[in-house]
Amino acid sequence: MNRFSLLLAGAAAALAGAAAALAGPLAAQDFAITNATVATGDGSDPVENATVVVRGGRVVAAGSGVAVPAGVQTIDGAGSWVTPGLVASVTSLGLWDVGAVSESNDTSAGNSPFSAALDVAPAINPNSQHILVHRAAGVTRAASVTMPSSSIFGGQGSIIDLGADMNPITRARAFQVVTLGESGARLAGGSRASTHALFRNALREANQFGEDGQIPGVASRPAEQSTGDDLPIDPRLADNQTERGDDSLLTRFDAAALVPVVRGEQQLYVMVERASDILATLALKRDFPRLDMVLVGASEGWLVAREIAAANVPVIADGLDDLPTNFEELASTQSNIGRMVKAGVRVAINAAAMENPRNLNQYAGNLVALSRVPGADGLSWGQAFATITSVPAQISGLSGRAGMLTPGGMGDVVMWDGDPLEVGSMPTRVFIDGVEQPLENHQSRLKDRYRDLDTSDLPKGYDW
Amino acid sequence: MGPGRDAPALLIQTPKRGSGEWGFMARYLKTPLTALGLIAAAALAGCSTTGTDGETASTRAPTTASGEAPYASTYKPYPGRPTALVGATIYDGRGQRIDNGTVLFRDGKVVAVGDASLATTGYDRIDGTGKFVTPGVIDIHSHLGDYPTPSVDAHSDGNEATSPMTPEVWAEHSVWPQDPGFTRALANGGVTALQILPGSANLTGGRSVTLKNVSSRTVQGMKFPGAPYGMKMACGENPKRVYGGRGRMPSTRMGNFAVNRQMWLDAQAYDGKKRDLGKETLKGVLDGDILIHNHCYRADEMALVMDMAKEMGYKVTAFHHAVEAYKIGDLLRENDVCSAIWADWYGFKMEAYDGILENAAFLRQAGACVVIHSDDANGIQRLNQEAAKAQAAGRRAGIDIPDAEVVGWFTYNAAKAMGIEEMTGSLEAGKMADVVLWNGDPLSVYSRPEKVWVDGALLFDAMDRKRRPVSDFELGQPGEGDVK
Repeated sequence: MNRFSLLLAGAAAALAGAAAALAGPLAAQDFAITNATVATGDGSDPVENATVVVRGGRVVAAGSGVAVPAGVQTIDGAGSWVTPGLVASVTSLGLWDVGAVSESNDTSAGNSPFSAALDVAPAINPNSQHILVHRAAGVTRAASVTMPSSSIFGGQGSIIDLGADMNPITRARAFQVVTLGESGARLAGGSRASTHALFRNALREANQFGEDGQIPGVASRPAEQSTGDDLPIDPRLADNQTERGDDSLLTRFDAAALVPVVRGEQQLYVMVERASDILATLALKRDFPRLDMVLVGASEGWLVAREIAAANVPVIADGLDDLPTNFEELASTQSNIGRMVKAGVRVAINAAAMENPRNLNQYAGNLVALSRVPGADGLSWGQAFATITSVPAQISGLSGRAGMLTPGGMGDVVMWDGDPLEVGSMPTRVFIDGVEQPLENHQSRLKDRYRDLDTSDLPKGYDW
Repeated sequence: MGPGRDAPALLIQTPKRGSGEWGFMARYLKTPLTALGLIAAAALAGCSTTGTDGETASTRAPTTASGEAPYASTYKPYPGRPTALVGATIYDGRGQRIDNGTVLFRDGKVVAVGDASLATTGYDRIDGTGKFVTPGVIDIHSHLGDYPTPSVDAHSDGNEATSPMTPEVWAEHSVWPQDPGFTRALANGGVTALQILPGSANLTGGRSVTLKNVSSRTVQGMKFPGAPYGMKMACGENPKRVYGGRGRMPSTRMGNFAVNRQMWLDAQAYDGKKRDLGKETLKGVLDGDILIHNHCYRADEMALVMDMAKEMGYKVTAFHHAVEAYKIGDLLRENDVCSAIWADWYGFKMEAYDGILENAAFLRQAGACVVIHSDDANGIQRLNQEAAKAQAAGRRAGIDIPDAEVVGWFTYNAAKAMGIEEMTGSLEAGKMADVVLWNGDPLSVYSRPEKVWVDGALLFDAMDRKRRPVSDFELGQPGEGDVK
């Protein structure tokens, strides 16, 4: 072995060591956190001096008077709050590095020949700094999706976890996105009238294609992901030779992607703000009764809250919008969510309507603040916390599995240094599926380096 | 979905973005996109102010034929009652906290600030037990009025993006006083004064204007009497992208500096014999009458800009959006330059990649001046919360900063960097009675303004549904006069 080979071998060994350190095995632990203030996320108020027990990656028990099983590691939670991990919906987590650096940005595909057929699952990067930063901020699950840009359809979103492993997908193709308001009208050629024509035609084509192509509606093969037990088949890959009419507007791939939407087997997230647009959206159920819709945005939802509640359609609402940013949001108010909840609507806070999703808890806290403002409609603490945990989890198809500390639920548990809805509170420990997560990231490393500005011995470049 | 429509990368993150940096990117990116006293005083001393003593820009500004400053302020304080706020916790904006304190104001001015022993005879007493009093909130970086809502193209008046140097434009000529955003900033944010800046497409964007947050039919009716002018500059990505993208200078950071330096050299030669709008503004900067507010993200670029200022004989008053300021807190302290920053924005563009939550705390630790700003029609409603986030990040990093000092980040420090600290920004006898009564700790997410006075006039009262301004635009619309 010559000197050069030796150097190479040494470098390889060093790299292997570094890789092992970076990707060290993370295993689910059995643990109990005691003496903590526990909020379960189910809408109830927090309970003091409570215990949370996690075994085999699942929550076993949470509340006061819970006994710690023998042999389970105990973490003293005195002074801490313990909650389920936050669930962020809708986001672009895992789809971009720097917003304005287009080559690092997969959040939309304006030049793609496809729209509804887009599936973000293979595009999610679990090593994205935004995933690391948000994991450290207590977000453990998220709905990520591409946004409509070449058509009114944005594509199929995934429910992901923010764990430090290379398997981010909890549910692939969990939902489709369509925009039916101002932006939808522009994408559709310039009028809401065109949006509705395009939308109805798309569902008609999909329905026809699904029947002619004999695309099965239920899974016919094993789930792709061990964590996702309810994955539908991917109808885009149905291998058929079905003829389609000459006036088809959708590509075959897009039409296939919309088959589960028209059949109600895949949720349809409808981006819509104006009260009249919301009613026009709810009315789609008359023509397409199986649609499983979720409203996204809904800044004027409070004006038609009873109708939304009666339709039993959940809302992922912009939390604090209160400006007439455009003509479809003239009635926006921070009381929107409080009023919709009062009318019986299930509401989650939209993570896309804030600077970044780690501000979800600040937004929820503001909704609590409104309960003390005369004339405003806010939420109780428990209700507000549910809008960023159990409600978005339920909308994401993870009812009883995430966003809530409930027996059998995923072991997504966050310890906080204070009231999680208060500005400035941050996680001290984060567990996903019972696995304790690293909280380091680019930002924390910069913080460590610049904690002082001393360069008397060496440049800052050596401080790592 | 607002201005983010043609910037999908941003759209998903912030579909409701106000204007400022986000509006700019949407428009131009073609691709997706309680220790008292000494400690506080030391930290606050980092703030810079205007150059010449006692002489404001308005007295040295170009004049009309009749010798008056053009577009002069017509703002007059509204009538108010002699008021005593008693029993509340008071943060005076300059690092002092008084529990169970008293604030007295009449005829638009603060009369006295002290403890419960202050006599309140002749004043309307308002019980502030369990509540908090601060100076009016001040936003040093806003585009309300020049990028108003609704955010339609017809309202896009913040960037004269037709030349990299437009010192000749004045932001006040773009301000739409009916922007509903002013009313939200007052009612939800307790904002009583704000600086409206041109955008950052240009290296030199033009003059800013400082406003009282008081509803008016005209911008002159909002102009803060006696406030110096500012001039907006921008370094980094925006100017080189906008002009480089058109095949003209600057297309690089070195191009940015070359264009700037030549502009200053030309301005130095200006003799004023033949009026030149742009050079009048630049001369005002060189004379120390007009304050430089420089959009700049990266630490290395800020260091170069400070050297350019030395070379050309002017002073940078504040770097805005200074996400990397924490890397050069020592330089900023030595050069007496404030950093106007967000609490937690990061990652949306390359020069924002190194944003960290500890920016404010690290700057303060280095003895440099911190101002929390918004650049956003939504964020301006929560400057208090943003400051609290930055404070908490410091605490986790082992830097404990008293609440009373943190309140100064969005009151006195902002006023100082805008050159209006002799008039407002703190609760001190003789200053304007710009006051917020909060229904709880202003550094808590659970608190909101209950009453807001500007020059002693009660202009927002959460307990009185009619005591809030409603923009012309919102009359007859769904939600008119709602709590918003």
